[in-house]
Amino acid sequence: MRSVVHLRDAVCVLGRFPALAGATLDVGAGEVILLQGPNGAGKSTLLRLCAGLLPVQSGTAEVLGHDLGTDARQVRRRVALLGHGVGLYEDLTVTDNVTFWARAAAGDAGDVAAAMARVGLEARLADVEVARLSAGQRRRVALAVLLTRHAELWLLDEPHAGLDVQGRDLVDRLVRQAAKSGVTVVVASHDLDRSTALADRIVSIAGGVVTDDVDVRSGRRGEPAGTIDDPESADAR
Amino acid sequence: MLADALIVVAKDLRIEWRSRVGIDQLVPFALVVLVLFAFALDSQQTVLAEATPGLLWVTILLALVLCVQRIFVTESAPGLTDQLRLSGLDPAGIFLGKALGVFIQLLALEVLTVFGAAILYSTRFGSVGSIALMVCAALVASVGLAAAGALYGALLLGVRGRETLLPLLLLPVVAPVLIGATSAFQAALGTGDVTSVQGWRWVGLLAVFAVAYVTAGIFAFGPLLEDT
Repeated sequence: MRSVVHLRDAVCVLGRFPALAGATLDVGAGEVILLQGPNGAGKSTLLRLCAGLLPVQSGTAEVLGHDLGTDARQVRRRVALLGHGVGLYEDLTVTDNVTFWARAAAGDAGDVAAAMARVGLEARLADVEVARLSAGQRRRVALAVLLTRHAELWLLDEPHAGLDVQGRDLVDRLVRQAAKSGVTVVVASHDLDRSTALADRIVSIAGGVVTDDVDVRSGRRGEPAGTIDDPESADAR
Repeated sequence: MLADALIVVAKDLRIEWRSRVGIDQLVPFALVVLVLFAFALDSQQTVLAEATPGLLWVTILLALVLCVQRIFVTESAPGLTDQLRLSGLDPAGIFLGKALGVFIQLLALEVLTVFGAAILYSTRFGSVGSIALMVCAALVASVGLAAAGALYGALLLGVRGRETLLPLLLLPVVAPVLIGATSAFQAALGTGDVTSVQGWRWVGLLAVFAVAYVTAGIFAFGPLLEDT
């Protein structure tokens, strides 16, 4: 299986605080990974690092075959991040926002219409300013933006937060469809019931390091230090 | 780079059109400043006439600060800078788009303030040649102001207290534009000792400033965006 995320003892310092203190993680193509851990464990930092938005102080960090230390910009074009902040312009309408981000990602009007339809942004909301939307509706718009990017790696930080039951079901459906089409998904969530049902593996993180890695179906514990397509690691296993 | 700039400027102008901040606040602000200058110097009509070019450009500089603040405050919503960095847009294109947005708004404002000055300060415009000098000076000065504004706006993106820091940093930097544009306008309006030939030389200086800041912005905007 092709490795999409390959971290070895990755350290990321925010200010003076080591938000990641030697994280080791491998994610294969098409996998859905649930990142779990207490607040401040380093989940969001790990996602932003994988998006190429944070510097790697030491260790190895490769995403989609690119070294994050030297080639982060190449990674950014191929990933989509749904963070705590939805990243929308308050004064623009829903359609304006999705159109702007779609055009920025070299998308077209067809991508916009398809994405808005997939997340159920009805016609009545299309021309409403984002400032007038509820938190859940904003989240849906952010999901539409994410879909327009046609990314190979989805990094979702608390994707169910602020959504009603239908919205949460929508997120689950989108993640399953994405994984089916070969997209790799890393989800950081406290909503373990829902997210566990989506995940192939559950990775626990605490104090900026990966502490556990469990295959959901077999219950087998992984070896965080091993590389998925590294023959030596495979032999060792 | 240019295609990305057009995407960004279209978005920024759409935001301004929908929010109406420029029309509802920026234009009245500039006119209020002109009126205040008129009140302050009302009893000295000769001084007011002599000082018109300087007063015009001080007004434009103050409006520039508000314009830059406005065009960058829209990028400060949670998650937006992350999305901009992930977007695939060329940072140089984002800079040019931002600068173009400021430039367009500034030009519109300059037209209004010149008309405002004509009414409030009884300014008389001379020959076609002097009007051409004013138009060229305004165009070139606006390019420099917009580029410097976009660069310093990005520098302060994500910085606490940027609203008060921006004028503190930007106004001294654009002082050469104030001097150059005021001198060019003095030459055009015949209010100082500056000749028409000297006026065009000041336009040359404004062009140097504009080229320097556009170039600096194209190269520096990417690293600045990374640091936010």
